[in-house]
Amino acid sequence: MTQRTQKDLLIIALKVRKRILEIIYQAKGGHTGGSLSSVDILTSLYFNILNIDPANPDKADRDRFIMSKGHSAEGLYCILAEAGFIDDALLDTYGKFNSRLAGHPTKKIPGIELNSGALGHGLPVGVGMALAACMNKSKNRVFVLMGDGEQGEGSIYEAAMSASHYNLDNLIAIIDRNRLQISGNTEEVMSLESIRSRWEAFGWHVIECDGHNFNGLNHTFQSIPVVPGKPHLVIAHTIKGKGVSFMENQAKWHHGVPTKEQLEIALGELDASINLLKST
Amino acid sequence: MSPIPCRQAFTDTLTELAKADKDIIVVTSDARGSVTLTRFAQELPGQFVEVGIAEQNAIGVSAGLASFGKKTFVCGPACFYSARSLEQVKVDVAYSQNPVKIIGVSGGVSYGALGSTHHSLHDIAVMRAFPGLHIVFPCDVAQTVALTRQLVNYPFPVYVRMGRGAVPDVYINSDVPFEIGKSITLHKGNDLTIIGTGETVFHCLEAATELEKHRVEARVIDMHTLKPLDVEIIKKAASETGRIITVEEHSIYGGLGAAVAEIIVQYRPVPMKIIGIPDENAINGSSGEIFNHYGLTKENIVNEAFKLIELTNINK
Repeated sequence: MTQRTQKDLLIIALKVRKRILEIIYQAKGGHTGGSLSSVDILTSLYFNILNIDPANPDKADRDRFIMSKGHSAEGLYCILAEAGFIDDALLDTYGKFNSRLAGHPTKKIPGIELNSGALGHGLPVGVGMALAACMNKSKNRVFVLMGDGEQGEGSIYEAAMSASHYNLDNLIAIIDRNRLQISGNTEEVMSLESIRSRWEAFGWHVIECDGHNFNGLNHTFQSIPVVPGKPHLVIAHTIKGKGVSFMENQAKWHHGVPTKEQLEIALGELDASINLLKST
Repeated sequence: MSPIPCRQAFTDTLTELAKADKDIIVVTSDARGSVTLTRFAQELPGQFVEVGIAEQNAIGVSAGLASFGKKTFVCGPACFYSARSLEQVKVDVAYSQNPVKIIGVSGGVSYGALGSTHHSLHDIAVMRAFPGLHIVFPCDVAQTVALTRQLVNYPFPVYVRMGRGAVPDVYINSDVPFEIGKSITLHKGNDLTIIGTGETVFHCLEAATELEKHRVEARVIDMHTLKPLDVEIIKKAASETGRIITVEEHSIYGGLGAAVAEIIVQYRPVPMKIIGIPDENAINGSSGEIFNHYGLTKENIVNEAFKLIELTNINK
C-alpha cells in the first residue's frame, strides 16, 4: 500500500468530514458526533494500515475491519467512497427509500465484513476471524472499532477473555474514546475508568494515543504486536463532533442533524482548514 | 431403539467427517460433555474451540469463523443458544448470513426435572422469525446422521435441535432419503393428517398404526424442516385429508402447529388440532412424564383424531 503523508491524510479526513455532514443533512438523520470522532482512526486504517484492495474487496489475504460502533455508519460509508470501494454518488442515496446504504452498515456494501448496529457484537466476531486466520497460518490482521459507550455491553468481555486465552496478537480492538454517549458523559452514565486496567486485567496489551494525530495513529497500528501473544487494545482519545467548532464535545450532536445554516458554517470551517493545509 | 442418542450420532458422524476436512470447526461453551464432544476435542484439538460459559461469544466467534470459510458447528444446550445468545443468532448469523450450524442439544423438555431454565419450548417461534435462518429437528439416529452429512457444505445458517436421551428408530438404515426442506410422508391415509417434528414423529406414527385398527387411515408427515417449510405437502394434506393434527415438543404458540395453520388458513382452511405444551412453565418431571402429562403420546393423538373426525362429521 502506498503510504500517504500526514498532509494527505489530514486533507482526506477533512473531505470525509464534509461529506458526512452533507449526507446527514440530506437524509435528515444520522449519527454526527461519533462519525466525526472516528474519522481520523478510519482514515489512518483505510489509507495507511489495512491490507485491502478496493478493486478486489473480497481478496482472501485482506485484513478485516469491523465497525462494531455501527451507528457511525456515515463515517464508514464516506471513507469507503473516498477509498474507492463504492461510488461517491451512492452516498447521495443515504436515507432514501431502498438505498443500499442503511442507517447501520450491512454486507451489501463492498468492504463491509459484518452487519452491525447492535452493540457489543464486533469483538466476538473479530475473535472468530482472528482464530480462523491463526488456524490458516495466514497473516491477516483483524481490527474492531468500538465506541466507549459500547463498553457497557457484557458480550465484549466474553470476547476479551477468549482473545487473550487464545493469544490472538493478530486482533486489534480500538475504542473511540470521545467520553460522550447519547445521554451524556460516559463517566456519569456508567463509569468506565479505568479502561486500561480493566483490559489489562483481561490479558490485553493496552496502548493509548491521540485519535486525531496521524503520526501517533499510524505508528501505533504499525507497531502492533508490541507484545507477541497478546491481543492489543488501542484507546484512541478523541473529540466527539471533531472538526466543527459548535459540534465538538456536545452530547446533543450524538445524532443531531444540522440546519442548512449550520451545515454551511460547518462546511465553511472545514473548507478553511483544507485551504490552509493546501497553502502550506 | 438405537443404543445412542441423536447428539452422539451427530458427534460421531462429524468427528469422522472432520478428520478428512480440516475446515470443519466445532465451537462449544463448556458443553463438550453434554454434547458428547470429548472424543472430537481429544482427536482434533486444532479444530475445536472452547469459549467457556459464554454463549453470546460462542455464537459471535462462530460467525467470525464462518465468515472466513470455516465450516462451523457451534454446539451446546438448545435452551441457551435459543435465548441467551439470541441477538447474536439474529445479527451475526442470520442477518449477516454467516452459514453457522447451531446445534442445540438436549432440546425441548429433554432436561425434564431441571426445569424451565433448561427447556427450549420457544425455539421454533423465535428462530422462524429471523430471515435466512433454516431450522431442522431430526427425529432419530439415522436421520441425524444423514442431516449431519448434509450440513457440512450447506450454504445457509441452520438451527438444529436434538434431544438428550436415546429415542426409538423411525428410519431403519442410514441411507434414509433425506433432504433439508423436503418433508417425508411416513404413512399413507386420507382420513386425516398427523404432522410431527423431532421426537414426536415416532408417536405420530404409533398413533397412525393404532388408528388403522379402528379403520381410520391417517397420513403421517415427518416435518423435520421447520424452515423452509414444505408448503406444498401441507396444502396437499389439507386438500386431500381435510383434517390436520400437529404434534410438537414446543409451546402451542408459534411452533409447528402455528406454521402449518399459517399455510392452510390462507389456502384451504380445514379443522386442526395443535398438540404441544400449553402456555405455562412445564410441569416437573422426566421428559417421558412431561410428554405423557401434556399428551404428546399415541393415546392422546388417537383421542384427538377421533374428536376431530366427530367434529367434522357433525359439521357436515
